[in-house]
Amino acid sequence: MPRTLLSIYPRKTDRFDEMLAADGEVRPPWRPFFEHLNAATPEQMRHRLSYVRRRILENGVTYNVYADPKGADRPWELDPLPLILSAGEWQEISTAVTQRARLLNAVLVDLYGEQTLLRDGALPPALVYGHNGFLWPCQGIRPPGDTWLHLYAADLARSPDGRWWVIADRTQSPSGAGYALENRLIISRVFPEQFNDLGVQHLADFFHRLQENLAQWAPHEGEIPLIVLLTPGPYNETYFEHAYLARYLGYPLVEGQDLTVRGDCVYLKTLTGLRRVHAILRRLDDDFCDPLELRGDSALGVPGLLQAVRAGKVLVANALGSSLLESAALPGFLPGACERLLGETLAMPSVGTWWCGEVAALEFTIEHLDHLVIKGSFPSQRMDPVFGNELKGDKRDEMIARLRARPQAYVAQELVAFSQAPAWSTKHDRRLLPRGVALRVYVAATAAGYMVMPGGLTRVSAASNARYIAMQRGGSSKDTWVLSDDGVSTFSLIKHLVGKADLVHSGSNLSSRVVENLYWFGRYTERCDDAARLLRAGLSRLVETGADATPALASVFDLCRALKLLPEPDADDARLVTAIDARAEHESRLELKVHRSGFETQMLDAICDEEWGDGIAGNIRRLLWVGTQVRERFSLDNWHALNRLQQKLQRYSKVRPEISDALAFLDQMLLASSSLAGFAMDNMTRDDGWRFLIIGRRIERVIFLSNAISQFLRLESTRAAGSIEWLLELTDSIITYRSRYMAQPELLPALDLIVFDNANPHAVVFQLQNLVRYLRRLSRELGDPHDDSLQPALARLLSFDLGRLENLNFSECRQCDPCLDLADILDDISEVSATLSDRLAMRYFTHVGDVGRQTLAA
Amino acid sequence: MNPAAARYHVVHETTYAYESPVSVSRQLLHLTPRECPWQSCLEHRISIDPEPGFSRSQCDHFGNPLRLFAIEAAHSRLVVRSESTIEVRPHLPVLPSADGTDSRETPSAESATAALAASLAHSPPWESVCESLAYGAMPVRIEANRFLFESPYVRVKHEFAAYAKPCFTPQRPLLEAVQALMQRIHSEFEFDPEATTVSTPVLKILEDKRGVCQDFAHLMLACLRSLGLSARYVSGYLLTQPPPGQPRLVGADASHAWISVYCPGPDGSLWVDFDPTNNLLPDTQHITLAWGRDFGDVSPLRGVILGGDEHELDVAVTVTPWENGGFILPEA
Repeated sequence: MPRTLLSIYPRKTDRFDEMLAADGEVRPPWRPFFEHLNAATPEQMRHRLSYVRRRILENGVTYNVYADPKGADRPWELDPLPLILSAGEWQEISTAVTQRARLLNAVLVDLYGEQTLLRDGALPPALVYGHNGFLWPCQGIRPPGDTWLHLYAADLARSPDGRWWVIADRTQSPSGAGYALENRLIISRVFPEQFNDLGVQHLADFFHRLQENLAQWAPHEGEIPLIVLLTPGPYNETYFEHAYLARYLGYPLVEGQDLTVRGDCVYLKTLTGLRRVHAILRRLDDDFCDPLELRGDSALGVPGLLQAVRAGKVLVANALGSSLLESAALPGFLPGACERLLGETLAMPSVGTWWCGEVAALEFTIEHLDHLVIKGSFPSQRMDPVFGNELKGDKRDEMIARLRARPQAYVAQELVAFSQAPAWSTKHDRRLLPRGVALRVYVAATAAGYMVMPGGLTRVSAASNARYIAMQRGGSSKDTWVLSDDGVSTFSLIKHLVGKADLVHSGSNLSSRVVENLYWFGRYTERCDDAARLLRAGLSRLVETGADATPALASVFDLCRALKLLPEPDADDARLVTAIDARAEHESRLELKVHRSGFETQMLDAICDEEWGDGIAGNIRRLLWVGTQVRERFSLDNWHALNRLQQKLQRYSKVRPEISDALAFLDQMLLASSSLAGFAMDNMTRDDGWRFLIIGRRIERVIFLSNAISQFLRLESTRAAGSIEWLLELTDSIITYRSRYMAQPELLPALDLIVFDNANPHAVVFQLQNLVRYLRRLSRELGDPHDDSLQPALARLLSFDLGRLENLNFSECRQCDPCLDLADILDDISEVSATLSDRLAMRYFTHVGDVGRQTLAA
Repeated sequence: MNPAAARYHVVHETTYAYESPVSVSRQLLHLTPRECPWQSCLEHRISIDPEPGFSRSQCDHFGNPLRLFAIEAAHSRLVVRSESTIEVRPHLPVLPSADGTDSRETPSAESATAALAASLAHSPPWESVCESLAYGAMPVRIEANRFLFESPYVRVKHEFAAYAKPCFTPQRPLLEAVQALMQRIHSEFEFDPEATTVSTPVLKILEDKRGVCQDFAHLMLACLRSLGLSARYVSGYLLTQPPPGQPRLVGADASHAWISVYCPGPDGSLWVDFDPTNNLLPDTQHITLAWGRDFGDVSPLRGVILGGDEHELDVAVTVTPWENGGFILPEA
């Protein structure tokens, strides 16, 4: 029997331990879980840890850190051990936090309405009129049901005596509920038996209630309400969550530019025109939501939104103006406000808070500075907390001078002592580490009043003695298990909103921006695919030994160069000579070796060099970028493959891979691309978004094929033996060819297969005929005139007489008429296809990226 | 008509010429003169070209009339013309002395300036006004509190308080101190339309000591609010052609701006206007359009457009006084 995990678990007496009681015994709600953990083998735990890590990487659960100069997505941190709370304890938390939600909502109703709290002196006007979060134009607005807060979150911490305190209120658009959901998804699979045996309460019901409530309050005027999730975009720190929640809730994920106000109503710009939006669940800060009446410099908002809200034509959740309550100074005034507005005693205290705008509080703060932390009164001050006990000498005097000069801008708070909970050490085989934890609890408005999510986001400090927990500062997270006394409620939808007449069959809610991104997603997947095939043809010939392979290698290299796939060679680098030189007759074996190494360098650069925009690394980056903007449209599985490729490339950008690794990487990449294609064919709904994705893919492929084959016909080096073989490889047609002809490849049958065969998905004619079909379907769906610009080029190609190549000796011909004529037709096809792409963009995506600008006149 | 009252005809025409067509334009207009105890708007209309598809009149959160409109058809030119007939009655502050005598009845009443000075001297000490506005003082003066704090164009900083301090000597009557501050700004700052733009920070105005009426108004507001006093921004007009024999006032032929300071009195509260650009207390030559915390709350036209590229903006304001029983209007 290995020693118990507790034997090296440090105990602290100055803070509350979530798992251990004061007598060192494991608390009853934790016992079954702890016993399981204590009995688990190091292998089991390693397995679990790696599962968690893999899920996070593969699901692309990220958190953008603003301070990171690269702006890189940072993987979400998740400790496998949940925070466990008993049903009884949860009941208390739930009651208190629900009360607080009611209270804060009532405060908003008052402050944007009668302002009795100000008139009666219960709240300092400075915290309202002096707060950027008070949106003046929102005064007098009454949201449906007087509900300002649809989703509210309270940050809780537990003091050494075991009592919970509220340390902050999130009223603007609380983040983290999506991460809590993702944490649950992962951890419930790490400990499936414990999860079921303990009767952990489920989270789904909470989100369904939120959905129901939004649908109910949305001014839908008899229509099926269209609810969208408004995001500031992929640069936001919690964009992952926006996409995740949008997919989970089934709401289109939109940016400000996807919406427009016409008259008094808000509309979503879709391919098929404007569609009325009835409710907006926003993750955009409220002052950015309407550049007309709120912040004029906001490029993220929807001009006129406030007017639509005022006219009662759209529900915005949380209501515009609710960030007013995100002030560190407010908690000090809540007990009074609770008595006044609800006639109740505040159930859960806030951390001790003194607003320095009151003379007595200012003097108290200065006197007790050592025991207090100083914060800005308003979030707009962006002030980091200052710990009084760290201020010495001049710094201390300076702080006191600042407090005296502008007391209203500062708040003093008691130091928060976090409770500790065990986290699993990633550096040891079997060790629990005590870590400070804070709990973010979510509350949603429902028809039956406010409802708490039974669980929440437990945030974990990076060190055991933290005074401060923030995901922006390297914290981690935990799943939160709320145990139930009487079985787990299984969720059921109470009210049915969709009748037979309301059934929707096409994706009519697609925003034009989403469609544009899907189109480019199609193009970039294909572009990566094409580049990978070409480089694979080259690299695989590089590993073949012997001079025989060299001519074919040189011709692949020439084609790569002609298609601008390779970085420009460095002028000083003597090794990088052209392929023509390498083929010279009098070449020595030594020179050959030198040339080969030049090819190798350039081809590996074409794969790994991030600086080289047209290489694979650059194209995967673009693919991920457009994918990120529509990630709510893809299944998580799609992300796994892409994320793995990206991670590999990041390694390769530091250390160049061996050729064999590079080849394996290209294989993997082609596999990923074909699984994406398979997903598109098999799993995506055939809506207009899908159609644009496929059109993008076909357009990219026809451009690549016609350019590649045209160059193949024009280049001299392709006359070398073995070239037609790689051309067939490039078009994934070698197997078909062999099964048809069972002989060494020749030009005529090869061109027939890869240009003219309308059954070969890698043939030029196949692309064109399919494009014509999709475009016709599109024009029928969207009611636009049919675009038949491809027809003449297709007709010209089909009229080309292949018989002209019959007596051609390809290895001997140079600039002969039949080759050049076919090459000209292919060039024409490539050009017409590129123009078609521009025209599609003009017709369907032009207003994407149209951002309103403010004008002022005196 | 009150013989001391003035009557004006105002035309405020704004023209945007866009380099490329604007597809959607939404605008908020603060172009309708608000009703005040001393001012009545007798006639008013706003014409917009092209005709907006959506238009609505309402009141903003400061009680100013507000017009909203949207044009959703492509246009390369936008003309907004506001035309008003307004009567303005004398409203210089009249404060009784502490012993209850009205300053108008003092022996030196013939001199308006002396009467005004006496009235200002009767205002309460400025420190007591600050105290009545501080948190904890009852009753809470909500209206004054709205104009007590920072706003987007008006910062609260010790630099502004320091600049104002020499005028705010201990126990000095509030309005006298404000008048002294106005005089200081007027004498030390230069009117220079080239020096600033709408986005020039008010601290820079203080450093460079030049700007236009909006800048001086914002600066004066920053000084007063930094001392803990309440003051609001007033947007309006001045007479274009001065009466014969009187100097032409700066800021005519465009919209004008000044400030109004809060002063509690025995009979309730008073807001007293000061025009730092012209160093005077506005009376019948100033026409009030709207007031707010700063320019941003009441800019005459504020809009968001889609498209348009570069644009040219032309603003023409013509104020014509009522003379000999009618307006002699310039040719349209």
